[in-house]
Amino acid sequence: MTRPVAIGSTLRTAAPSLAIVRGRRVDWAPLLLLLPTTISLGSVSVYPILDGFWLSLHNTTLSTREDRFVGWLNYRLLATDPDFWGAWRHTLEFTAISTLAETAIGLGMALLLVERFTGRGLVRAAMLIPWAMPTVVTSKMFGWLFDGQNGLVNWAFRSLHLIGGNIDWYGSPNTALGTIIFADVWKTTPFMALLLLAGLQTIPYSLQEAARIDGAGAWQTFWHVRLPMLVPILLIAAMFRALDAFRIFDLVYVLTGGGPADSTEVLSTLTYKTLFSALEFGYGSALSTAMFATEVLIAFCFGILIVRGMRRQGR
Amino acid sequence: MAEVGHRRNGAQNALFLAGATAIVLWSAGPFLWQISTSFQLDRALVSPTPSLIPHPFILQHFLNIFLVKHFQFYVLNSTIVALSTTFLCLAFGAMAAYALSRLKMRRRFGLLGLILSVSMFPQIAIVGPLYLLASILGLLDTYMVLVIIYLALGLPLVIWVLFGYFQTIPEELDEAARIDGAGPFRSLLLIIIPLSLPCLVTTGLLAFIAAWNEFMFALALTSTIAHQTVPVGIANFTNLYYVPWGDIAAASVVVTLPLVLLVLFFQRRIIEGLTQGAVKE
Repeated sequence: MTRPVAIGSTLRTAAPSLAIVRGRRVDWAPLLLLLPTTISLGSVSVYPILDGFWLSLHNTTLSTREDRFVGWLNYRLLATDPDFWGAWRHTLEFTAISTLAETAIGLGMALLLVERFTGRGLVRAAMLIPWAMPTVVTSKMFGWLFDGQNGLVNWAFRSLHLIGGNIDWYGSPNTALGTIIFADVWKTTPFMALLLLAGLQTIPYSLQEAARIDGAGAWQTFWHVRLPMLVPILLIAAMFRALDAFRIFDLVYVLTGGGPADSTEVLSTLTYKTLFSALEFGYGSALSTAMFATEVLIAFCFGILIVRGMRRQGR
Repeated sequence: MAEVGHRRNGAQNALFLAGATAIVLWSAGPFLWQISTSFQLDRALVSPTPSLIPHPFILQHFLNIFLVKHFQFYVLNSTIVALSTTFLCLAFGAMAAYALSRLKMRRRFGLLGLILSVSMFPQIAIVGPLYLLASILGLLDTYMVLVIIYLALGLPLVIWVLFGYFQTIPEELDEAARIDGAGPFRSLLLIIIPLSLPCLVTTGLLAFIAAWNEFMFALALTSTIAHQTVPVGIANFTNLYYVPWGDIAAASVVVTLPLVLLVLFFQRRIIEGLTQGAVKE
């Protein structure tokens, strides 16, 4: 599919639109058309973020019916809360490792899929299975695969004599976070690969051909021609992946519930428990506001990288 | 185009085949084991050597989830919530995407970026205030609260995909309608929507899958089987003394297989829709 029209109409709007310049009367149609979306996003996304910040300045607790303005107290508590910093570390660890792994493996898959071979359609279709599956189902599925007693993974490793006895993959603090990362990599890598594949397909084949004629091998062509051209898309895909990974909830909540010994507690699960088990909405909101701020920071850092990458390419 | 590959020799072809097989096994393997598990006796599942082919082949787990665990209620709840969400997402999303793609608006790409960035908010950051709001409005444990939230979660992607598609429809078409005196609402309804049906179907599928799979809000805002959705139902599948892996597998198959079939059927369009944003920038 080609979409040349998109570029064309971008240019067209760049010219000052006459309707507004003349502006004898306000054109209500676009505003009316955007109204439902504005109301929906305003009330379900923007308002709760602001309200969350406001709540975080209170000691609101549903069980004790406390609801007093306490200023920055919650944030001061947060700064010295070992649970928070533990969860913060696990979340960053999870985000960094899974994003890196997914980008690297996804790139490998994409490089394979960009070539033409029989059955490519089938492969692409199969890759959508992990993406389409509900995350809760994925969690349970990996719970069964990695089961400490009868899991298929233990059986396979035992059969190959890689391990002597069963490993309690997500029941022991040493391996639990790794198991969750593995499950997340399984679920999201194929989608990453499809994104990168779309990016690879926009690189003109003539460039590779030219490199080959100049005597470049497959590796050199990849390293000097394809990879540099892919960097902006790689960064954008990695950013979306990192932002998504940072708010991981389902996998952890269903597979380990944050345990064992808090070794897989991430910010989302910690916040959820603070809100809905402890019913501390004030402190929970401080947690979630801190999370929101970190997300913005991550997006900002990626934004800088992306802009730099694009400048270097002279786009 | 990168499509025009050069000739490969036999060894390279074998390598490709091996790579492709690995990807298929990696992607589909775990789910195949889940399907196999759902037809096996609990006794067979704990045997020292697992077998991929169920022997004996039983339907006990499927009977269990429907007759004992009333799984059909969760499926019904999810269906109602996801279908309503899809319908509203498409209606509101098409309106917004049309306004952004056709009508003369300043800063429309800024607006589009804003809408997209909203979808990146951590959802845990909004669940607390939304819970309080829902409890004030008496919306806890209703379909409506889930639909309202899923609508907002789904809209950014729907608008993004539809916007991309509307851009490919020649503007002369609705220009002609405008000359004939049709307002923006009529040209959206009579010109754009009929031309976009294939795209609406796949976009709707994306919205449906997102609503069908959502877990955290359903967990926080619904509390009874009257309104809980499938993910909550499956997450709560635990017996007192052991994990019913067979039942869980059966439920997984019931809720995932329809999605997988739909996705396989629409795969080309879904991939196009999902990846258009990354490529265009």
